[in-house]
Amino acid sequence: MLLETVGLTKRFGGVTAVDRVDLGIVQGRALGLIGPNGAGKTTLVNLISGVVPADGGTIRLSGSDVSGLPAHRLAALGIARTFQGVRVFRGLTVEDNVLIGRHTRTRSDALARLIPRPRSAIDADRARALSLIDRVGIGRRRAEVLAGELPYGDQRRLEIARALASEPLLLILDEPAAGMNPTESAGLRALIGSLLVEGLTILLIEHDVRLVMDTCQRVAVLNFGRKIADAVPAEIQRDPVVREAYLGTEAVA
Amino acid sequence: MDAVSDFLRTYSTTIAVIGVNALLALSVWLTLYAGQLTLGNAAFMGVGAYVSALLGRHLDTPFPVALLIGSVAAAALALPLGSIVFRLRGVYLAIATLAFGEIVRVVLLATPITGRGQGLNGIPPKTELWHIYLSVLVVAYVLWRVQGSTIGRAWAAIREDEIASASQGIAVGRHKLAAFVIGALIAGWAGGLSAHVTFSIDPSDFGFTKAVQVLVFAVVGGTPNVLGPILGAGLLTALPELLRPLKDYRDIFQGAILLLVIIYLPRGLVTFVDVRRTRRLSRIGALDVA
Repeated sequence: MLLETVGLTKRFGGVTAVDRVDLGIVQGRALGLIGPNGAGKTTLVNLISGVVPADGGTIRLSGSDVSGLPAHRLAALGIARTFQGVRVFRGLTVEDNVLIGRHTRTRSDALARLIPRPRSAIDADRARALSLIDRVGIGRRRAEVLAGELPYGDQRRLEIARALASEPLLLILDEPAAGMNPTESAGLRALIGSLLVEGLTILLIEHDVRLVMDTCQRVAVLNFGRKIADAVPAEIQRDPVVREAYLGTEAVA
Repeated sequence: MDAVSDFLRTYSTTIAVIGVNALLALSVWLTLYAGQLTLGNAAFMGVGAYVSALLGRHLDTPFPVALLIGSVAAAALALPLGSIVFRLRGVYLAIATLAFGEIVRVVLLATPITGRGQGLNGIPPKTELWHIYLSVLVVAYVLWRVQGSTIGRAWAAIREDEIASASQGIAVGRHKLAAFVIGALIAGWAGGLSAHVTFSIDPSDFGFTKAVQVLVFAVVGGTPNVLGPILGAGLLTALPELLRPLKDYRDIFQGAILLLVIIYLPRGLVTFVDVRRTRRLSRIGALDVA
């Protein structure tokens, strides 16, 4: 297991948004996380990435306990994520956005830069950033465009490039296909597939059930903060509990 | 040549004040660039001024050493203060740092060794113009280089989105604190230099008015790069002198110029060469950023 949560819990006031969730993601595989709106998917992702602290339970990354670590420490340890509502650095260029993603993998060059000299070390980072911009399908000719000027779908792709720039162990994608047209989401599927081939581990939260079923080796279903199913995609599709959570009970229909 | 030396002699105080103000504006630029509104730099300037002047007076400390200690004293004060106040954001952060400034002012007013309300008089005029302008040059160069470094990028990222920054592995709190402490270091240095220009200092030199003034220099000059604060300090310090022939109408014109700059160059004077970028930024709703 690359990532494991045991009894992970988060309460907001009287509401238990995430209720004793156990989750395991195998190294090099993709786990899909689905569930109706308000099921607690994004809260769960926020707990795993350290954006909000958990009220209970443990998180283990590659076997070591990382519960309670702040987001920037978890990022340094190899957890990268995108956000459901896009959070690119709007006023910065596409290239700077991706370079910031390399923050934990680059040594600070503030002191070195005080002595002017031909740039060499930074160029390796720039080259990597540009190739990532190409890879996610934005294209390096738009590297100098401000991130806020990109169309919505490209901003989502930029977030993925920024997350990949940190060379993560685990990539968390929070509804990456939201607002994408069928062509774009096909491109996204191909990208996820190629990342998996390279051995990256992925946690995919997505409403597009087809995308999840096609790309993930395992799917977990959340409802009212509880995990109600965790199985291979084919089994999830047949599971009556899951169908009920999505469609309501048979009696109503 | 004579004309130049005449000019320097007549306006040497104004020229010195412009340089000191440029340093102060650069000191607040650091936190502004990281998206943090702090108003403590007038107080840090005061700490640098008093510490360096007192060291020279009572311990005969050599001038450069006194300057350095004054500057480090300001930074040493900024470290614990920053660790506390950076839990706050936006206008609350501004108010908290302003309150710190008031505390410093009142302490200076109440302490015998600082001369209470009378302040310190007869500070030897050890500061030469080139001290000030060399400092401006060095500070501006260092900040310019740091701006393009990993730390500078991290500051820009924090200004844009703190949560996203933390998720990219940026230690948000530590970066804000670094900007604040380096700013205090610069402000303290500027304070030491200015104390040895003006002959006398008193607590009211480092109060609310000064804090706001320093902020205005940086904002009117513009925060996208280090030229902005220098330009802002230069223009706003020289303007009263330049407008002197207008006599009673001077303040009106000065206010009008300020308004025009803020309305037509909202990202500051320095962006007049960069109007297209301003338009692009405002279109995507990121008007106040670099």
